[in-house]
Amino acid sequence: MSHHPGRMVGELLRHSVRQPATIRYPAVKADLPDKFRGRIQFIAERCIGCRMCMRDCPSNAIHITKEGDKRFSCRIYLDRCIYCAQCVDTCPKDALYATMDFELAAFTHDALQRDYDAPPATAEPEAPPAPETKDSEGTGPGA
Amino acid sequence: MANVTIPVGPQHPALKEPECFKVTLDGEKIVGVEIRLGYNHRGIEKACEERTIVQSQYILERVCGICSHSHSTCFLMAVEEAGKIEVPRRALWIRTLIGELERIHSHLLWLGVAGHELGFDTLLMYTWRDRELVMDLLALISGNRVNYNMNVLGGARRDITDAHRAEIRKALPVFRERTAYYARVAQEESTLIARLSGVGRLTKEEAIFYNANGPTARGSGVDRDTRRDDPYLAFPELEFEVVLDDHSDVYGRTLVRIGELMQTYDLIEQIIDGLPEGPIGPARAIRRVAAGEAVSRYEAPRGEDIHYVCTNGTDKVERVKVRAPTLGNLPAVVRMLEGGFLADVPIVVAAIDPCFSCTDRGIRVARSQGQDVWDADALRAYAIEFYRKRGLDLTRVKAPGR
Amino acid sequence: MGVLVALYAILIFPGLAFLSTFGLVAEYVDRKLYARFQNRMGPPWFQPFADFVKLLGKETIIPAEANATVFKVLPAVAMAAVVTAMFYIPVWDNRSLLGFEGDLIVVIYLLTIPTLTFFLAGWASTSLYAAMGAVRSLTQLFAYEVPLYMALLAPALLARTWSLQTMARWYTEHPAWMLANLLGFLVAIVALQGKLEKVPFDIPEAETEIVGGTFTEYSGRLLAVFRMAIDMEMVVGAALLAAVFLPFGLGLHPVLVFVLFLAKVLFLVALAALLRALFARLRIEQMVDFCWRILMPAALLQLLLTVVLSGVAP
Repeated sequence: MSHHPGRMVGELLRHSVRQPATIRYPAVKADLPDKFRGRIQFIAERCIGCRMCMRDCPSNAIHITKEGDKRFSCRIYLDRCIYCAQCVDTCPKDALYATMDFELAAFTHDALQRDYDAPPATAEPEAPPAPETKDSEGTGPGA
Repeated sequence: MANVTIPVGPQHPALKEPECFKVTLDGEKIVGVEIRLGYNHRGIEKACEERTIVQSQYILERVCGICSHSHSTCFLMAVEEAGKIEVPRRALWIRTLIGELERIHSHLLWLGVAGHELGFDTLLMYTWRDRELVMDLLALISGNRVNYNMNVLGGARRDITDAHRAEIRKALPVFRERTAYYARVAQEESTLIARLSGVGRLTKEEAIFYNANGPTARGSGVDRDTRRDDPYLAFPELEFEVVLDDHSDVYGRTLVRIGELMQTYDLIEQIIDGLPEGPIGPARAIRRVAAGEAVSRYEAPRGEDIHYVCTNGTDKVERVKVRAPTLGNLPAVVRMLEGGFLADVPIVVAAIDPCFSCTDRGIRVARSQGQDVWDADALRAYAIEFYRKRGLDLTRVKAPGR
Repeated sequence: MGVLVALYAILIFPGLAFLSTFGLVAEYVDRKLYARFQNRMGPPWFQPFADFVKLLGKETIIPAEANATVFKVLPAVAMAAVVTAMFYIPVWDNRSLLGFEGDLIVVIYLLTIPTLTFFLAGWASTSLYAAMGAVRSLTQLFAYEVPLYMALLAPALLARTWSLQTMARWYTEHPAWMLANLLGFLVAIVALQGKLEKVPFDIPEAETEIVGGTFTEYSGRLLAVFRMAIDMEMVVGAALLAAVFLPFGLGLHPVLVFVLFLAKVLFLVALAALLRALFARLRIEQMVDFCWRILMPAALLQLLLTVVLSGVAP
């Protein structure tokens, strides 16, 4: 075996004319795998308020609040979330799912709180006129 | 020049995590080294005692960013042993597969870091590019690149499909070819050899005396590998060789890691060929665990990971104790650095593949004024006062937290 | 030469404006090629310029312990020395702006000044890392400077002149003799990596060992000027090598000669980028060892060859 400097010269010259391995992120987005665990999304209509997700969340990032009869609102703290998606596995009614959304940086903790309102009450008109959900993009669990 | 003491860390470009090496120099030669731990203590063990086992598993997975699966598996192995929980065979094999894929990504990452510490950024760029292949495989199987979250108590969280196996099979020849190429580069590029050879010497006797583990010990010819000595998961059924090298320096450790990569490819091939059929986990999620205690050992890419777990019959653990591989290797680092050159500090430290945050311990500092523990408010008040004396008003800066 | 022409030469061409622009272009070529050798995308064309502007806008911090005047003056000294050196190198013709008999020696000395300012800058910073970098850059200076000079002297010896423009004229008349200096050319390229403090000789500013080396304490505008001086030094160093070792095509139309000059310099910059990508950084004692044991004998051999050949040279 011979020792000499510049062992990688062939490799370097060959690659200098090839397509680069890097991409122009963020102008070009990378592909995400199907099972990617991004921001957690809440579907209020499905929630039965068992609060198993709150119990299993390692970082205390989910809060389910009872708003009325079988109506629950949810607040998710994205700054606390560690994106393990255990809540998605735990939920017996598939009311939570992981989106493909991962570019979540923000300047304040408040901007990282996501509120999901309870569904409007079916009979009673006293449904609180809560603010709109800040975000609703992402694909559903069935999509 | 008289002896000078240079602090390498806690903020230093060579270290990706805060740790302090106080290096005393005579010119360029090192005459003394002092290590200080504890800059990034996160209180994970305590946090686990307050959480259920289901939660703790995710917390412990985040002890380390690189060997995340190692910590999670090591912890669950201990819990399962303490609580006498049977794990299906297929789940054991899946855990092993992820563990070995993790070893590929860790060792390729290390090779790149070693290149960077030596100013050989080209090696860094190429190894990390090839590492993307295994990152993609891990993301394909588990969903994410770094924290795979592939374990549940008593099984695996996700299955390996035939499509996954085909992808892995397709990637293996590429890995083998690239690794063989890096092995040639490491053994032929003379500037690299000049910087690796004879640097950070640790004889076999010293390696045993200072309790080095993992590739650090094997690079000094210590024949020690938990996968063979105390086989866990699927390892009793798998065949592989423990890679040893008797160069006893950074060069030896490099060759050990490259050799281990080759063994890992063989292991992965055996796993995807022989993956047994059957369930991958318990039908219903296990939450309560019978009382008991256990120690589990796991050969993480960086060395031997040890978890001690004591369960108390509830869904929480009484006590978890983590010993990350780096803690075992740190005493040897002092020995390796002594008598060397300042220029070699980064590579010698990097050669144990350190993970300081995994290692950090809390230290209670006793203060003479009777106030020995400061809470956040006291620290904040002290900081405001400290900067006020220097003409900076920090009262308007909001305290962090929610 | 009139005052206006002199001012034009100093400030515009081939002085400050031209050199700084070309320096940034050379930095771009260097970084882009370095990236492409590593299979990366590399920066967009305006990146060096953007970096420079950004640095200009940053706060300049001067260490309390440092001698503020020295600390502030040094970057300007480095830049001035490099720009001055450029006036003696033929750019668009086989004549240079201020050429005289013996200007080769002057250029060599002018190009040593930046390294000395690096040393002083590190020393004046009164920081441990900077002082380590300063000592290293001086140690390194003694190692590469001698082989570099000897390699540069060989072509001069062959042309029997110490003047860059006389040399250029001589080689224009006898272009084949250029090949006699090939060994010296290789030695000079390697030694130039040392002068420019690039891998494998980036020991004085080894990031993973001593943070920023001599420039650890420099920030903002002062650092911008230093970095610009280094970019210019890269161009002038390459131009010197091009003038001494690649003196072909100098008799053509001035525009062509100028284009050829740019091409030669960029070729040398590309070569430097390749070298930078190829090696691991050496330790200081390995570097000194390499310079005295390998570069030095090679330079001596070139000199010997030149002495023998000059007997038969026209």
